[in-house]
Amino acid sequence: MKFFLQRVAFYLFTAWAAITLNFFIPRLIPGDPVQALITKYQGQLSTQAIESLYVLFGIDKDGNVWSEYIDYWKQLFAGDLGLSFAFFPTPVSEVLSDSILWTLMLVGVTTVLSFGIGTALGVLAGWRRGSWTDGLLPVTTFFSSVPYFWLGIIAIYLLTGPDSFFPSGGGAEVGLVPAWDMYFIPSAIQHSLLPALTILISSVSGWILSMRNMMVTVSSEDYITVAHAKGLPERRVALSYAARNALLPNVSGFALSLGFIVGGTFLVEIVFSYPGIGFQLFQALGANDYPLMQGIFLIITISVLVANLLADIVYLFLDPRTRKEG
Amino acid sequence: MTIPTSSIEQVIPGQGSMAQPEAGKPARTKRQRFLFLSNRKAATGLVILGIYILLAIIGPWIAPFDPGARGDDLMQGPSGEHWMGTTHLGQDVYSQLLVGTRSVIFVGFLAGIVATILSVIIGVTAGYVGGKTDEGLSALSNVFLVIPALPLIIIVTSIMENAGEWVVALVIGFTSWSWNARVLRAQTLSLRRRDYVEAARATGERSWRIIIFELLPNLTAVIASGFVGTVIFAVLSEITLAFIGITSSNTWNWGTILFWAQGQQALARSAWWWFVPAGLAIAILGTALSLINFAIDEFVSPRLRSAGKTKIKTNSGRTVRMRIGFTPVLSNSPRPHTHARPIPVVDHHGATPVVRKEPA
Repeated sequence: MKFFLQRVAFYLFTAWAAITLNFFIPRLIPGDPVQALITKYQGQLSTQAIESLYVLFGIDKDGNVWSEYIDYWKQLFAGDLGLSFAFFPTPVSEVLSDSILWTLMLVGVTTVLSFGIGTALGVLAGWRRGSWTDGLLPVTTFFSSVPYFWLGIIAIYLLTGPDSFFPSGGGAEVGLVPAWDMYFIPSAIQHSLLPALTILISSVSGWILSMRNMMVTVSSEDYITVAHAKGLPERRVALSYAARNALLPNVSGFALSLGFIVGGTFLVEIVFSYPGIGFQLFQALGANDYPLMQGIFLIITISVLVANLLADIVYLFLDPRTRKEG
Repeated sequence: MTIPTSSIEQVIPGQGSMAQPEAGKPARTKRQRFLFLSNRKAATGLVILGIYILLAIIGPWIAPFDPGARGDDLMQGPSGEHWMGTTHLGQDVYSQLLVGTRSVIFVGFLAGIVATILSVIIGVTAGYVGGKTDEGLSALSNVFLVIPALPLIIIVTSIMENAGEWVVALVIGFTSWSWNARVLRAQTLSLRRRDYVEAARATGERSWRIIIFELLPNLTAVIASGFVGTVIFAVLSEITLAFIGITSSNTWNWGTILFWAQGQQALARSAWWWFVPAGLAIAILGTALSLINFAIDEFVSPRLRSAGKTKIKTNSGRTVRMRIGFTPVLSNSPRPHTHARPIPVVDHHGATPVVRKEPA
């Protein structure tokens, strides 16, 4: 329990740090970004939007940073992330709530799948070192060195076309209303297959490698020798003795590298025009939509923190040692 | 974009294998100096990396065309004149690739150096000093570790108008040091209480001297692998930034090529030559760097080497799988292959009869 509370405290601290960072980033911009934006839009911005911009960038009043900071927190707790320029006058929170489910489905499911498949292959590669499985490493390394988006583009080129099963982009067929019904769900799944495959292929190698290395390290431990000496079946030694212990560092590695992975997978959404957060970020960049960008950064960070917390809970179940002191 | 390719931290829970990578008698140092290169992965990776660095230096001079200059051949496939075809404006893709190499290598290495220096300062200090300092620095690096780096980099660079190479490299460097710092801290913690460090402390060496002359040489492998990992990340990030079009478009890098190719719907017009070379260049560079990292891992912990041929035929014609850490056990065969007396055959699966009780 103590372990768990420590982790929660840490994540709260990190969330605070991320939000504070988010507060300061626009304030570090040299010059007057709002003026630059106003000139860029050449009078297309309404006075209300300009005002919200000045609040956002914190250059509206001569009040000190501290009171702005407090105001910023108050706004956050009210769920107010400002208004989006790109989709003016839709609030950022509304834009985000439309797209977050798409991303959760695509990136969340594929990341977990990739971890599962990679770990299983890694167990195999570590246990049967010297067999054909050694060939997995160079191949998957090559694929993981390719940027996600490039792989996606090539996949679109090779696999999609007028009469192909795979659609070349979008989240579901145009005209379908998002709902949990028999028309929308199959179409959504069909549209997500290719992006999911792209993410899977380029992210699985990291898990294979780290699990293989852990298996190799673990399999020369004394308790493995003892298990062998007891005459236990090979399978049982591999899975319940070696893999079980090798899994622990891999789970904590999974939690730690989530931040890296999530960033990369967003590019896939851009290439496939998948209506998730990553694509939203891309549109926000094109329109210099700072409130939306900040909102996206915040929501990504918080999702990663929640995912980390979940991984910690899994760890708690896997490793009895962390439970002992409670 | 990928997770760090090195798993040194995970490899060393035993902490013993790292002891002294450079150790050896003085007389043998000459032979040991190139030991690292004898690893096939290391040699391959370093050779490829060397070629890239060479191209980064001479690329702009040997490029046959000006990468931005328009020509008359629009969207032409590879030919004798344009080895990798041309763009929609008649620009030579091969020249763009060559000229772009410099920017990629520059940003990769600069970001790598910045991140490595930061991680050494923070990681080693946290590990060596301990106490409150350690707690503070560890919390700092964990925060940076958990915050998604790429979105942060994207947002920061997009806010700075027309970010050039220097800005991009520094932003990447300042946001991607945390993983290495964490690994270095763990390793320093285990080195700190070693006898030779205690001895140095007992003879009155100052802390900075202990850190620089006693600890850092033994952290070389970890630092090197962290550096290589950061370079991979930095290269991919820079290309990503250019691809989504938020960095300055005055300089060429491989991401810029892909940006224009995507913007002009190159693949829909089946101009594959516009996409494929840049992507392959990234993939090969990334693979070379990963190979170097694998080699460092294996150098530090030889157990990780891919075992060579592990199936061995015995004299009696059976095949045995040799595995490190296991003693191969041959079933007793009536024909002895040693001079020992044959043991009477008990059972094919286990030599010692053990009466097992079935669980009730």
